[in-house]
Amino acid sequence: MDDPTALADPPTTAPNARSETIYRHRLATRLWHWINAITIFIMIGSGIGILNAHPRLYWGQYGANFDHAWLDLRPYGNILRSGWLTIPAGYNLAISRRWHLLFALVLGFGLLVFMIASLINRHFQRDLRVRAKEIGPRHLWADLLAHLRLDFHNPEDPAAYNTLQKLAYVVAIFILIPLMILTGLAMSPGMDAAWPWLIELFGGRQSARSIHFIAASGIVLFVIVHLTLVVLAGPIEEVWSMITGRWTLPGARSSEPPPPPLAEPEAAE
Amino acid sequence: MTLLTRRTLVTGGALGAGLLLSGCDKLAQQPGFRRILFSGEKINMGLQRALMDRNALAPEFTPDQMSPVFRTNGNSNPNTADYNRHVAENFANWRLEVGGLVDRPLRLSLTDIGAFPQRAQITRHDCVEGWSAIGKWQGPMLGNVLKAAGVRNSARYIVFTCADLWSGAPYYESIDMVDAFHPQTILAWAMNDKRVSVGHGAPIRLRVERHLGYKNAKYVMRIDAVSSLAGIGLGKGGYWEDHVNYDWYAGI
Repeated sequence: MDDPTALADPPTTAPNARSETIYRHRLATRLWHWINAITIFIMIGSGIGILNAHPRLYWGQYGANFDHAWLDLRPYGNILRSGWLTIPAGYNLAISRRWHLLFALVLGFGLLVFMIASLINRHFQRDLRVRAKEIGPRHLWADLLAHLRLDFHNPEDPAAYNTLQKLAYVVAIFILIPLMILTGLAMSPGMDAAWPWLIELFGGRQSARSIHFIAASGIVLFVIVHLTLVVLAGPIEEVWSMITGRWTLPGARSSEPPPPPLAEPEAAE
Repeated sequence: MTLLTRRTLVTGGALGAGLLLSGCDKLAQQPGFRRILFSGEKINMGLQRALMDRNALAPEFTPDQMSPVFRTNGNSNPNTADYNRHVAENFANWRLEVGGLVDRPLRLSLTDIGAFPQRAQITRHDCVEGWSAIGKWQGPMLGNVLKAAGVRNSARYIVFTCADLWSGAPYYESIDMVDAFHPQTILAWAMNDKRVSVGHGAPIRLRVERHLGYKNAKYVMRIDAVSSLAGIGLGKGGYWEDHVNYDWYAGI
């Protein structure tokens, strides 16, 4: 027996399998992804804890019990106060704030470092640049239909993000998270003294608080869609690639588990 | 990917998130992690102080931007025998005591307080709970009162002791000298052009505008300059700080 592998796999697929693993996610992307996964989780849980102290939202500079609230979440108090949703599990404004305001620093400075790293390693320019032709209605429609067919990859460039995916990442990285940070800062009375433009930017502290909540809802929506698509696209390959950076091209994946290692050929004795 | 593994992964993910949530609470109870969690306050304070001009002013507003109703919160009436007597006398015999690390301890009547140069400001009151109310406050700058008392260089904090009792002990708060000498830090005796009401802290309410509501102590009876917060209350610088772990630095 000269070639043991010849017995295990049909020769047509075996030679390609290994060469179709590519380096897809750079170190900065992977680090930020996992730090952010934990940070966003903590920010949402502790944020709901803080919201529960006064679950009413207003527009403008001021807003309290006797003013008109555009959104009153008190009817949903039982859900918003459920222990599986908040950090800490029992209502404790002080401890929710401790979590929120420490991890706000991780979120803010993490985004800053990731943005600088992604400009240097050209992740933004290479992977996230949305070209004009991509956002034409016909292209977007085709992309949407492809998503509905669970067909996420362009066979000619399978590693590239598709347009809707790019737009989701661009909205999260360049709009939602920066908006969370800026509206968060605008709610700080100290920062309003240091940077009065924060309040002018959002039209008042209560408007900033409302926008903070809306952007947070956008992030929750992003997380739900993101996790759903990870599951649909092949969760083991996707999660593994976000840990190691190495990603197996969809065409090269085998649905069977790899064959067990062959016993030593008898001829070797 | 078979459905079975997919389902296992989703269930595993949900379970993992649940464990992470309850793990957060367990972590927060460990002294080592709690120190890290609570270090955010000092980092945020350091960053804000580094970014902020020492005298940077909190935003001020115009009369038409004021809240139609400025709600009360916390204690809205100390209701002790002494306090009720002062209310009945319209605070005619009430005196604000200024002491601690000062060369000339003071006992100030409302007339004395009105004789200092006055500052009026329309500012936003931000409760830690999230709501805001805009009102007009007037009174002398705390810095001028401290100068009149001859505050010593060894003073690092100003402590405010109040008339309202919480579990038998008076409410108290403290600020450092940066905030004590900030131009908008005033001892307000007037709110919205009237004497401060009992609900809002009569006769004197501290306004420290770059901080959340709980720093803006109502019913101020005594002001002490001190070198350390240790030994006052439980040593964390305020009633809420002592009892429920609110941040002492409330600029955020």
